[in-house]
Amino acid sequence: MLHDAWVMARKDLRIERGSRVVLGQILPFGALVLILFGLAISPDLTVLGTERRTVLAQAAPGLFWMAVLFSSLLALGRSFAIEAADGNLDALKMAGLDPAGIFVGKSVAVTVELMVLEVLLGFGAFVLYGAPLADPVLLATALLLATTAVTSAGTLYAALASGLRVRDTLVPLLVLPVLAPVLLAATLATDAAVFGPTGNGWSWTMLLGVFALLYLGIGMLSFGPIMEES
Amino acid sequence: MHWEYVFAGYGIVFASLVVYVVSVLYRGRELSRQVPDDRRRFLD
Amino acid sequence: MNQTTGSRATRILGVGALVALAVMLVFGLVFSPPEVDQRDAVRLMYIHLPSVAVAYTGFAITLVASVIHLRKGSVFWDLVAGAAAEIAVLFTGFVLISGALWGKPTWGVYWQWDPRLTSTTVMFIMYLGYLALRRLDLPPEVRSRRAAILGIISFINVIIVHYSVQWWRGLHQGQTLGVDTKLDGMMLFTLFLSVVAFMTVGAWLLIHRFRVAWLEYQIGLLGFEHALAERRAENETSGLYGSGA
Repeated sequence: MLHDAWVMARKDLRIERGSRVVLGQILPFGALVLILFGLAISPDLTVLGTERRTVLAQAAPGLFWMAVLFSSLLALGRSFAIEAADGNLDALKMAGLDPAGIFVGKSVAVTVELMVLEVLLGFGAFVLYGAPLADPVLLATALLLATTAVTSAGTLYAALASGLRVRDTLVPLLVLPVLAPVLLAATLATDAAVFGPTGNGWSWTMLLGVFALLYLGIGMLSFGPIMEES
Repeated sequence: MHWEYVFAGYGIVFASLVVYVVSVLYRGRELSRQVPDDRRRFLD
Repeated sequence: MNQTTGSRATRILGVGALVALAVMLVFGLVFSPPEVDQRDAVRLMYIHLPSVAVAYTGFAITLVASVIHLRKGSVFWDLVAGAAAEIAVLFTGFVLISGALWGKPTWGVYWQWDPRLTSTTVMFIMYLGYLALRRLDLPPEVRSRRAAILGIISFINVIIVHYSVQWWRGLHQGQTLGVDTKLDGMMLFTLFLSVVAFMTVGAWLLIHRFRVAWLEYQIGLLGFEHALAERRAENETSGLYGSGA
């Protein structure tokens, strides 16, 4: 299983290295979302009761995660677009790859891509919104666990909706409600990491870990039946 | 007091329910014409 | 030849539902008294709570039917799951609308970031996604299997969403918003009556909606068999594949 996952992840990342869709198209999209949030929420609004902290800085963790979620939808779409081409998934199954391995491999590949994107977008949010950074360790842990939760749930749902015609519009509708708790926990953990230990940053991070394990488990169990084509 | 909310609530709920019921019955009627008797398992 | 999805059983159930609804309306709007604080707004409870009951029963039926479908692969349970989910989504819509209209006079606002409210809304959208998946253009068996998987995971997700939102609100501010309603005997009776009425409507709807789905399935089969027969006839006349059996 682990070997098959490794093969899958390497294949997907190699395709990305060749085509640069995530870095060349999805990353600029995410940066654009960050900028548009700045235009939508005036940069001059400040939060009452704080030493002139802007609303934009205060909301930075949530806005950052919204930008990541939107980008993840595109990355997941891309992850299955490269398989749909010639019934690739069928071929992989024929080749005897473990469905659970395929699931983990695809999730890992998207996780790696998103982590790169998040570091760059996080830097963007740091600059654009003027948000501080109090606890880098907490931030890194929260990023990794939240991203794993997003990609494992996302890969599962993208597979459920994969077919020839309707996928693009259905995946966001299926994935986003499920990711609502992940967004909640990720935003609160990031908030604690950015502004200092005011909330329960680590407990939210633990919750992200639980989500990640849960969706990885569900995905590994159900990927076989999902991929069965008859 | 507050009757406007009560009537709005009952009105919307029962009107939607009627619309849904009529649409289900209508679809059942349309589809029934296309299915021969020996295929109508579970229908009585 | 019967030209509807009705039968003796559904006609009896349907008449019962109509009578129950009529009695419930009279009790809910006339006989039951206004509440001390909420005044007449409390009457919205008689459509709100029974809608909750129908919605949750529907989603539970979807869950159970999905599990059975995954185990046995029978079309019957797949269609039951789909029919129950559609009805449950409709009644979840009723829950949200009646809840908002109830909230305005009692809380002063249509919407509160309350755990139950937030998670119910997310659940509503989640099951809209489930219904959308059921309409995907896929081979029927593949679609049914995926729908069954989604039907099971969605139920788990409802629980997760609910508790995480609850934790979120719990950390931010004291208590979950409740409606502190003082019910007297007449109100309790009306509430009981309304739950019975709505559940009867739900059961009646489920049977009819399932039968519609069953007819659709049969028409799909007929079309498939028709195409197959035509294909065979073609092959026989052209003589390419012998008898074509």
